[in-house]
Amino acid sequence: MAIDIRALGIDVGSTTVKIVGVDAAGNAVWHFIDQADPRVEDQVDEFLARAREVANGNGALPLVATGYGRGLVHQATRKITEITCHARGIYREFRHGGTLVDIGGQDSKVIGIGPQGDVIDFAMNDKCAAGTGRFLENSARRLRVPLEDMGAVALSTTEEVVISSTCTVFAESEIISLIAHGAAVGPILRGLHRSLIKRIVAMVRSVGLVPPLMLSGGVARNPAISRMLEEETEVRVILPREPQLMGAYGAALLALGMTAPA
Amino acid sequence: MSLVDSLPYQVPLTFGRAALRVNRWRAERAAPRSKSEHLAPPLKISPRTKELIARHYLEGRYANRHRKVAWVTSGAPVELLKALDFYVLYPENHAALCGTARAVEEIATEAEHAGYSRDVCSYARTDIGAMLSGKTPVGRLPKPDLLLACTNICQTVLFWYRVLAHHFRVPLIVIDTPFIYTEATEHAVKFVQRQLEDAIPLAERVAGKRLDERRLKETTRLSKQASELWLEIMARGKQRPAPISVFDQFIQMAPIVEMRGDAFTVDFYAAMLKEVDERIARGIGAVKDEKKRLLWDNLPIWYRLRYLGEFLAARGVAIVASTYTNAWGELAPFIDPERPLASGARTYLHPILNRGTGYKLATMQRMVAEFQLDGAILHSDRSCKPYSIGQIDQRDRLLREHNVPALLLEADHNDPRAFSEEQVANRLEAFVEMLGV
Repeated sequence: MAIDIRALGIDVGSTTVKIVGVDAAGNAVWHFIDQADPRVEDQVDEFLARAREVANGNGALPLVATGYGRGLVHQATRKITEITCHARGIYREFRHGGTLVDIGGQDSKVIGIGPQGDVIDFAMNDKCAAGTGRFLENSARRLRVPLEDMGAVALSTTEEVVISSTCTVFAESEIISLIAHGAAVGPILRGLHRSLIKRIVAMVRSVGLVPPLMLSGGVARNPAISRMLEEETEVRVILPREPQLMGAYGAALLALGMTAPA
Repeated sequence: MSLVDSLPYQVPLTFGRAALRVNRWRAERAAPRSKSEHLAPPLKISPRTKELIARHYLEGRYANRHRKVAWVTSGAPVELLKALDFYVLYPENHAALCGTARAVEEIATEAEHAGYSRDVCSYARTDIGAMLSGKTPVGRLPKPDLLLACTNICQTVLFWYRVLAHHFRVPLIVIDTPFIYTEATEHAVKFVQRQLEDAIPLAERVAGKRLDERRLKETTRLSKQASELWLEIMARGKQRPAPISVFDQFIQMAPIVEMRGDAFTVDFYAAMLKEVDERIARGIGAVKDEKKRLLWDNLPIWYRLRYLGEFLAARGVAIVASTYTNAWGELAPFIDPERPLASGARTYLHPILNRGTGYKLATMQRMVAEFQLDGAILHSDRSCKPYSIGQIDQRDRLLREHNVPALLLEADHNDPRAFSEEQVANRLEAFVEMLGV
């Protein structure tokens, strides 16, 4: 049976590509996720073909593209940054303002959202991969821990090794040296998470922490992130149902022309 | 010097100047075309700017054959040297020119190979690289007979100019300007004045002539006039739409920095002011569809001027005021041609970089009100620590106390290796969306 999709949002990220379809009321009624392919244009075509298939008969749908690859989505009605899209998605989800932390594969953002859902201020990690999903991804590979298990492994111990480098490349060398000195995987992972969270908290402070603290982006699925963010800020962290889809969802809402929650 | 002796430089200079004049005439006669559909055509004065800069470096090329040459910092009391007929070269300006000519990577690498860290200011690395290798897009730089460094812009110049002094084996005058936290104390002014007075005998000895007080008053008067005109031109940015943008100012500021104290510089800015007023009368904006107006803090990103200007213009954003270009106009009221040394001491104590961070914040707040700005871009300049320090607090206070959205943009004024285009574009784009364009 066809799904009633009225608008689409696509988030072409550095690690994954996400597409969300919304109905006339702005409810997310369909989504699809896949690993990012370097041939962005072909992949977007594929995603849109899928959307047409499930939305059977709705004709050309308004499409907003976001994420690093948005410039390559020539089918898009508009291209909007992740900052605006994540803020829009999360506001619709929670219907209140606050401070949003979005940890993506290539960069991390802290976004101050006003009571009306508008972006008041934002901060992004500086020009390196420190404080991003890539930092954890690299380390997971080095430690041979599946990415999806990282958080649980980090939380399985109370011991913690201090990782002094926030640089993704140097942290990897540090891990090698720690392993050589006999450090266990759990405490190393815990230390890596701590290092990342401290970078994020510095950005949160530069924007100014207005509770609640909300989390979006693929890395939000890692339970250690929200736990440690709570520890470091002493503020409760709330997660949307599909944190990874918030950018694409916000893009779809913008495509629908919704400026306020329905 | 006989006529025959002067031929080796008089002939190329005369022909060179004539060729530059012809180039300018040609450019002036061609209809100015906009480089981007979102920007007004370039100012009609632009061919003249090009001619002035090219002529300055042409004269520099042959200067060692017939004049004494001084290399100075951007905030140096140049009036004194102009009155003694020095040809004055500004290594910082030359470095910026290398930046716009995309020559920095190659030249700065020469300094890095000689052991200068990439953490050293990219202007200093460009200058030292040019000194060591002779590489420059302007053909050849004259060797200095005298160096004059004033500490009112940073402390790097102290070490940088000692390197130059050691390399060229020429005397170095350092004018130490105590930092002003709130107000300049009288003894600070006296201290600087004494140093200026003490510098005169050495400058005279190198110049081979006595300082003529009337000439000093005259160069000081010309400095003041040019600075006043520059200040007035920048104030025209209060108009909506703004007739010129800060990107135009970055290009047109070369004469006020390196040709201060010359009569032709006064004429140049008088002509520019007239053209800007014509633009206002005809309702021409630098950005065709001006929707939002911003402030720029810190040095420009020389190697990406056009990219940034066009990127913002395409989104209806005009940058209409900057603390940086303002620095060469705001000192005009301090200059008193009748008291060149006493007023010079006060003038050269007051550049924005020699004042507390509170002064810069107050300047930005004033600009936001006077120019009706919607936000600010604070370029966090890896090379210029004195300009960048305090920006995090300044950004916060603009936002929280004055409700002015502000973006901290990380880059470097001269080293393209510290610029990440994709990330800069993403931040700018998000900031523009946040402003509601």
